[in-house]
Amino acid sequence: MNSYFVKRVIAMFVTLWLIITLTFFLMHSIPGNPFATDRNTNEAVQKNLNSFYHLDDPLYVQYGSYLKSLVTFNLGPSIKQSAFTVNELIGRGFPVSMELGLWTLVVAVVCGILLGVVAALRHNGIIDYLAMTLAVIGISVPNFVMATLLIQQFAVNWPIFPVATWSSPMHMVLPILALASGPMAIIARLTRSSMIEVLAQDYIRTARAKGLSPAKIVFKHALRNALMPVVTLLGALAAGILTGTFVIEKIFAIPGMGKYFVESINQRDYPVIMGTTVFYSAILIIMLYLVDLAYGIIDPRIKLGKKEG
Amino acid sequence: MEKVLEIKDLHVSFSTYGGDVKAVRGVTFDLHKGETLAIVGESGCGKSVTSQSIMRLIPSPPGKITQGEILFKGRNLTNVSETEMRKIRGADISMIFQDPMTALNPTLSVGEQIIEGIRQHKNIGQAEGRKAALEMMELVGIPSAAVRMKQYPHQFSGGMRQRIVIAMALVCQPEVLIADEPTTALDVTIQAQILELFRDIQEKTGVSIILITHDLGVVAQVADRIAVMYAGKIVETGSRREIFYNPQHPYTRGLLRSVPRLDADDAELLPIDGSPPDLFSPPAGCPFAARCEHAMEVCSRVYPNKTRLTSIHQVDCWLQDERAPKKMAARI
Repeated sequence: MNSYFVKRVIAMFVTLWLIITLTFFLMHSIPGNPFATDRNTNEAVQKNLNSFYHLDDPLYVQYGSYLKSLVTFNLGPSIKQSAFTVNELIGRGFPVSMELGLWTLVVAVVCGILLGVVAALRHNGIIDYLAMTLAVIGISVPNFVMATLLIQQFAVNWPIFPVATWSSPMHMVLPILALASGPMAIIARLTRSSMIEVLAQDYIRTARAKGLSPAKIVFKHALRNALMPVVTLLGALAAGILTGTFVIEKIFAIPGMGKYFVESINQRDYPVIMGTTVFYSAILIIMLYLVDLAYGIIDPRIKLGKKEG
Repeated sequence: MEKVLEIKDLHVSFSTYGGDVKAVRGVTFDLHKGETLAIVGESGCGKSVTSQSIMRLIPSPPGKITQGEILFKGRNLTNVSETEMRKIRGADISMIFQDPMTALNPTLSVGEQIIEGIRQHKNIGQAEGRKAALEMMELVGIPSAAVRMKQYPHQFSGGMRQRIVIAMALVCQPEVLIADEPTTALDVTIQAQILELFRDIQEKTGVSIILITHDLGVVAQVADRIAVMYAGKIVETGSRREIFYNPQHPYTRGLLRSVPRLDADDAELLPIDGSPPDLFSPPAGCPFAARCEHAMEVCSRVYPNKTRLTSIHQVDCWLQDERAPKKMAARI
């Protein structure tokens, strides 16, 4: 079994290296630089700044030294927020984004699967239509619109939740709901369709012929088989949600990581662009790896790297 | 002989956009203790629907038992509650399905799938359940059962899987076992082994078996009694001997003639011309009339009465009526 995992780990590093390389050269090919602002900076000052951040070195030298520092997990200093290193920025933002992201995932997965299962069981019934209407709304309403609507209804018109910021559980409710509605809807629709397919399988009929109760049939026999597509989706979804979302964090003034993604690009803050990209990619790659492991646990037919005995 | 199961005038129909399909139209038969009753007929004649109706497993909607009684131990299964029915399924009446490749859940170990059946009906712990499952797996002839029970369906061959399915069906010692085409998906050597297993198990446990099949070879090997079904009706019933050596219904004869024979010089197959009637609007008379070479005027107008030929041999055919021209009856 080991050769598979070794291969997998090597592939993960190769992927990450490709991403780093591509991002690095694409980033430097964008016109402009961190110091090109409206204010005309003195040429000598600019030169000094460039040489301070080694931006005057040839690109391949910069690339080499970046890779070297990356190996020691040093993502370099932020050019725009010079008081902080990129490590510090991520260290500050990521825990908040992750907290928001984890809760969002829990809500999206639990509600999405429940909604999907109920819809599948009442296939073409009124509950099915209601659940799927909800899901279509969840998919088609962008989360920033959802966020504004939620704030308007539950923080302004009917002030039960605070409008913004991130300090108590009450503060978390609205951003979690806004962020979870989309993924929840996707999971619900996916669960429903694969559940309907599984419920028509012969082994479900066998289970019924054994006299099992409907609850046992659904949770023990059907759900496990129906969840494979959901698990597949979950890896990418989790990486996206955990590393923060710019819009939601902006709207609710949550000090997460999401804003660095967007702001760093506008400001050409090279080390931050690189840092956030590498971090996001690493998380995504790890999530996909976990998903592959989960396949083997859910479905015994998938034995990763093991020879059939 | 003691009757375990009595089906009386069973009607089942499926509502579709095109109208009601009357899949089973007045089926009556009983099952005696310890016997094997084979229900034979071509695809779509209603044999599987009949068997699934006994278990109340037809998908509903669209399927519905519109008329008739299914009497099991004095209880009419057509009107017991779903909760009551669940206690009967798997415990008193069990079922084996056609394709062992898809009848088992791929994500649960076979042991667990057998154990959950027992534990559903008997108040026993996991350890006792395991013991019972192990005994059952040995009974159906699975070598090194203790190891095998931890494995998953994909690690078994087709024949072994069907043995697992049989073990699953028998583990609660049911009185009736309904086997719906149990050997159709298996190759011939495995088929013979499974049929042997059925006979063996029946001897050991005294279970009554309803065997649904379209394969007359299978029927010839294991059936005590045979019911021939056509277009939702049982057209002829008799002992194995009577059906094979003295068939009376033209359809039964056609069915027997269409079996390929290795020993005959004339190797040509003799199919029955035409196709079964549309069950959206089944004919008023004998459904076989349009394909029958001996059809008379009355055949397409009125359904024939049952004619009793011996204590078990019965046939629904106008040719058996005393008013029918004797020449005609003799010719078939």
